[in-house]
Amino acid sequence: MTEDEPTGRAGSPESDDIAVPQPVGPARQDDGPADAEPAAEPEADVGPEADVEQEVDAEPEAVAEPETSDPLEVPAVAETDAEPEKDAEPGTSDPPEAPAVAETDAEPEKDAVTPKVTVRARRRRDPLAAALIGVLTLLLGFAFAVQVRNVGNDQALSGAREEDLVRILDDLNAREERLREQIGDQRTALGQLTSSDSQSAAALEEARKRAEAIGILNGTVAAEGTGLTMTVRDPEGGVRVADVLDAIQELRGAGAETMQIDGVRVGVSTAVTGTPGHLMIDGHPITTPYEFLVIGSPQNMETAMNIPGGVVPRFTSRGATVDIKQADKVVVDALRPLDTPQYASPDTGN
Amino acid sequence: MIPIIGLAAGVLLGLFLDPTVPLWLQPYLPIAVVAALDAVFGGFRARLDGIFDAKVFVISFVSNVVVAGLIVFLGDQLGVGAQLSTAVVVVLGIRIFGNAAAIRRHVFRA
Repeated sequence: MTEDEPTGRAGSPESDDIAVPQPVGPARQDDGPADAEPAAEPEADVGPEADVEQEVDAEPEAVAEPETSDPLEVPAVAETDAEPEKDAEPGTSDPPEAPAVAETDAEPEKDAVTPKVTVRARRRRDPLAAALIGVLTLLLGFAFAVQVRNVGNDQALSGAREEDLVRILDDLNAREERLREQIGDQRTALGQLTSSDSQSAAALEEARKRAEAIGILNGTVAAEGTGLTMTVRDPEGGVRVADVLDAIQELRGAGAETMQIDGVRVGVSTAVTGTPGHLMIDGHPITTPYEFLVIGSPQNMETAMNIPGGVVPRFTSRGATVDIKQADKVVVDALRPLDTPQYASPDTGN
Repeated sequence: MIPIIGLAAGVLLGLFLDPTVPLWLQPYLPIAVVAALDAVFGGFRARLDGIFDAKVFVISFVSNVVVAGLIVFLGDQLGVGAQLSTAVVVVLGIRIFGNAAAIRRHVFRA
């Protein structure tokens, strides 16, 4: 134990190192002259050892030692006080060397020369001890560095005081709150962007539908659907403008959505002109047989056409024959140029 | 000279390798380090006193570490590991202080 080394000087009686030198102590105390031998022995020991540090230490220690007030030394100093040289030696090297001698020799009564050699041999020629010391100190340095690094990494908070921990916790809580607010803001923004996106998409879809519907009504878009084809043969040329106009109105009244007559699309501003036998729709001449392609409810329109006093009887009374066929798929593919209004502009809604 | 070289090499090794301490060793490593430090201080003081002995140093080093670790282990088993660790550190700290005082007297003569 390390305790042995320091306390060897402190004078704990139960330690191993001290147990043997104690006889030396009393021996010294008994007679002054006898003290000269043990005193001289360490002196010789220290000298040949050529240990610069110890030599340098030796003299000042002699001064320093009395101040330390070690129990063992005080009597020794008191006894050998007469000679300064001897005073220095017991003060410095007596307690230190004596244990060493005791350890190596086990017989303190032996000649002074023998233990000296043994001690020197032991100090200088023990590579095993040196290696062990090196390994142990290496381990200590390694463990020290590892532990310091470990503490620095992981347990920085474990050593902190309570107030610091509370402050750190507060900081972290405030930071968490801020981050949560940020998350909320970002979520809201994301929701707004998404909803506006979908809204604009829906509006776009709506606009497209309306454009299609208006296009069909205006005749700018080809259309298909259930409907009927009505063929009017007028070999005598008796069908008048009013008759065709009535037929168009009657079809619209019966739910016709869009129609074309002899390849001419009928729109909101379509005009029927000309004279019987030379009818024109929107300026395009049509010839018999007049072929009406109408998209709408076939039953409703056919019923409307055959009403007594209605379109078909009127055509028949003009000498024409009417042939109506219902169809699941009627294609109205004639197109009208878009009427761009010259004076009217969309109301902004104000 | 050997101890200083060993210490420096050990510190450098530890810093460069930077190993992670296994969990079972974590309670004992600081205590072991303090105990070993105590042994080293004692050895240094003994050397200044001229009574340094390699055998004593090696044995004291190892037994210091082992005993300190055993005490902490025992404390862990008894549920007072933290208190016993503190006790060991206090005792070793007092000894280190004592050794340091002796070394100081040697080095600064005061």
